Amino acid sequence: MNLAIVQQTYIVESRELLRDMESALLRLEKSPQDAEAITAVFRAAHTIKGSSGAVNFDAIVTFTHAMESVLDTIRSGKASIDSGLIALLLACGDHLSSLLDCLAADDRNAAFEHVRAKGESLLGELGIRLGSAPAPSGAPREARVERIGGATVASADWHISLRFGRNLLRNGLDPLSFIRYLANLGKIGQVTTVFDAMPAAAEMDPESCYLGMELSFSGAVTKEAIEDVFEYLREDCQIRILPPHSRIADYIDLINALPEDKARLGELLVKSGALTQRELDEGLRAQAQGAARKIGEILVGQGAVQGELVDAALEKQDLIKKNRAIESSFVRVRADKLDELITLVGELVIASAGTALAARRAGDVDTIEAASTMGQMVEEVRDRALKLRMVPIGETFNRFARVSRDLCRELGKEVEIVLTGTETELDKSMVDRIADPLLHLVRNAIDHGIEPAALRSERGKPAAGKLHLNAYHDSGSIVIEVSDDGGGLDRKRILERALERGLVAPGHTPGDDEIHRLIMQSGFSTAKTISNISGRGVGMDVVKRNIESLRGTLSIDSVEGQGTSFTMRLPLTLAIIEGFLVGVDRSSYVVPLEMVVECLELSAEDRARIAESGYINLRGEVLPLLRLREVFEVAGGAGKRENIVVVSYAGQRAGFVVDALLGEFQTVIKPLGRLFEQLSGISGSTILGNGEVALILDAPALVERAMGAEAANGFSKAEEQVQPQ
Amino acid sequence: MTINIEAGPAGRRKVIVQGSLTIYDATDDKMRMLQALDDATELEVDLSSVAEMDTAGLQILILVKRESIATGKPLRVTGHSETSLDVLDRYNLASYFGDPVVITRPERRKSRRKGRR
Repeated sequence: MNLAIVQQTYIVESRELLRDMESALLRLEKSPQDAEAITAVFRAAHTIKGSSGAVNFDAIVTFTHAMESVLDTIRSGKASIDSGLIALLLACGDHLSSLLDCLAADDRNAAFEHVRAKGESLLGELGIRLGSAPAPSGAPREARVERIGGATVASADWHISLRFGRNLLRNGLDPLSFIRYLANLGKIGQVTTVFDAMPAAAEMDPESCYLGMELSFSGAVTKEAIEDVFEYLREDCQIRILPPHSRIADYIDLINALPEDKARLGELLVKSGALTQRELDEGLRAQAQGAARKIGEILVGQGAVQGELVDAALEKQDLIKKNRAIESSFVRVRADKLDELITLVGELVIASAGTALAARRAGDVDTIEAASTMGQMVEEVRDRALKLRMVPIGETFNRFARVSRDLCRELGKEVEIVLTGTETELDKSMVDRIADPLLHLVRNAIDHGIEPAALRSERGKPAAGKLHLNAYHDSGSIVIEVSDDGGGLDRKRILERALERGLVAPGHTPGDDEIHRLIMQSGFSTAKTISNISGRGVGMDVVKRNIESLRGTLSIDSVEGQGTSFTMRLPLTLAIIEGFLVGVDRSSYVVPLEMVVECLELSAEDRARIAESGYINLRGEVLPLLRLREVFEVAGGAGKRENIVVVSYAGQRAGFVVDALLGEFQTVIKPLGRLFEQLSGISGSTILGNGEVALILDAPALVERAMGAEAANGFSKAEEQVQPQ
Repeated sequence: MTINIEAGPAGRRKVIVQGSLTIYDATDDKMRMLQALDDATELEVDLSSVAEMDTAGLQILILVKRESIATGKPLRVTGHSETSLDVLDRYNLASYFGDPVVITRPERRKSRRKGRR
């Protein structure tokens, strides 16, 4: 096995587990009684520990072990959950994450040195937690600590398992005296005596002892004290003492170690109250898949246990099996393999377009039909392939639960975060790239949007602010909304700032759109104080640019005093788009189809006019025009006829003047080389069916340029090309 | 200690244990009780006169009970003395010896308590 790959998998899985742990911790913070959440945290820590051990990553093993010990005290009810503990555990999760970072770092040792101090201080805190956990008086610490994980039983009693030696009675010892002595130390609960070892009547030696006992015991004693009771028996008896809340696995070990029939022992333990049926079934299942069911059936067959109990256990077992089935229906695939597939499918789309073109040229009906059938299939393959990369946005959203929690702590605000539409899917590469802009919006909303509790109650709002993250699909795009019920955009303040910075002419009253555009200006901030969260003025402009680089849009809806809503609209995928092919001279360009509103012919009179004014009158509205021929400095005069493609973006319209309209086109986006990255007006390239390259127009940038040109009306082209970066 | 065996009608036997039921006579007790079970169609073991009983004694009772189950001959243990009941209770085996004991036990305890008063 390739170690590097194993390690890679380990890191990925551990990160997933850490995320699970984090969300479970956050749940736990809200409802400390959530036993499932506790188990989830525990399970995550335990699994990480296990796999860390497998890859020899001792730093994490030690650390998770300490976490587990603390978690165990919670789970067994010895310690309770408070916000300090949650904060500590969250910090521990962060530390684990940075330890994983270390593993990935080039210079591991240096990286470890870097986080060592943090780890030690956390370990110290965990130790304090462990020490301060109210332990039953005198109970030995090591009895708790030595338990290293796995589900534990609910029973709060000691369990003592005894198999007396054959010669016990002959040596003048009677088990009864020890049991009586034990009764002085505490309360003996359920006792079950087993005499399976007793041979047939003829062989049975009445002076030998054939008995064994399973008994539960409660009392504030140490394990040593119990051991002392049976001191004299130790030599030739099998004595097993399980502390309260032992791991189920310990009981299973016990069952395995004892000579009696396993099903019968299981029944005994259930009867003696040491194990619940569920615990037993779970434990046996963990030990040997399939065997558990059989034991359940045996137990019922003997009438030993209530049917419902076993039913419940089996039901749970089925559920677990089902979960496993779901798990196994997932295949973990390396992202680059998927990318290769998508690239190939892209090529296939291009090849298919080429075939269709060739068929049309050849004019052979059969070939054309075959090509068209193939084209349909290819389209389907393309859709399916793209869907492979789709992931629900929920995971990204969940990250913000933590962010908002930490932020609220820092700011002393109370914000409830509501997530909806978490199952909405979008391209994996998009998920990674919208995380930052989203994070910014969330921070902004909590820092600026939602008012302090005092102000909120003054305004008659509930003290806790509400931050709503929502996502849904809308005609080929995904829409993500970040809305808060805070104070809304402070129009007056924004305007003041804009005047100060000379962004708005004095006396001019800008509309809402303009106000919204102002806050997206680079360096624009209305924050009265700069916090380390936001207010530095680097923000909205970056968010906007990030979103636009994904061919998305950002719109703002704000009602003063009632809240602000940011709406992000993004294409579902970055790999393939529906394009509209246009021609200028002999070159082809692609406009994203969703932005094309209409196409019209440029009339002769308009042609004359636009040479001077740069716009036309489209049904009573001013439509700024951009001649692609000029923008891209295509040599040669205009063609005989020219057409206008009306493009709409973010509520603004502009017309691109082109020579020819070539129709819809499945566009596989190929990134431009690094050399062309700074090129404005072009966002990518694609290959046409005939093998030629077509450039994909950066429509948003071009629309903006057209608007700018209209506003400046007659500014030189050089200035037009200066784009805000 | 002595074990008296009384023959009843229709092959019934009643074993009356007097004094002690302990390891000291265990070998003898075992043989006699098994013999009694062998001879009987139905066996009653009267423990009312048991003043001393230990684990070995209990084992003999267990053995006889097991044999009775195996041979299908009814065995009843009756008249538990306080000592014998204590042993059965410590090992929580009263129920193993059959329904009559389980049902009578709580009553017995009550009556025992009353008696003490």
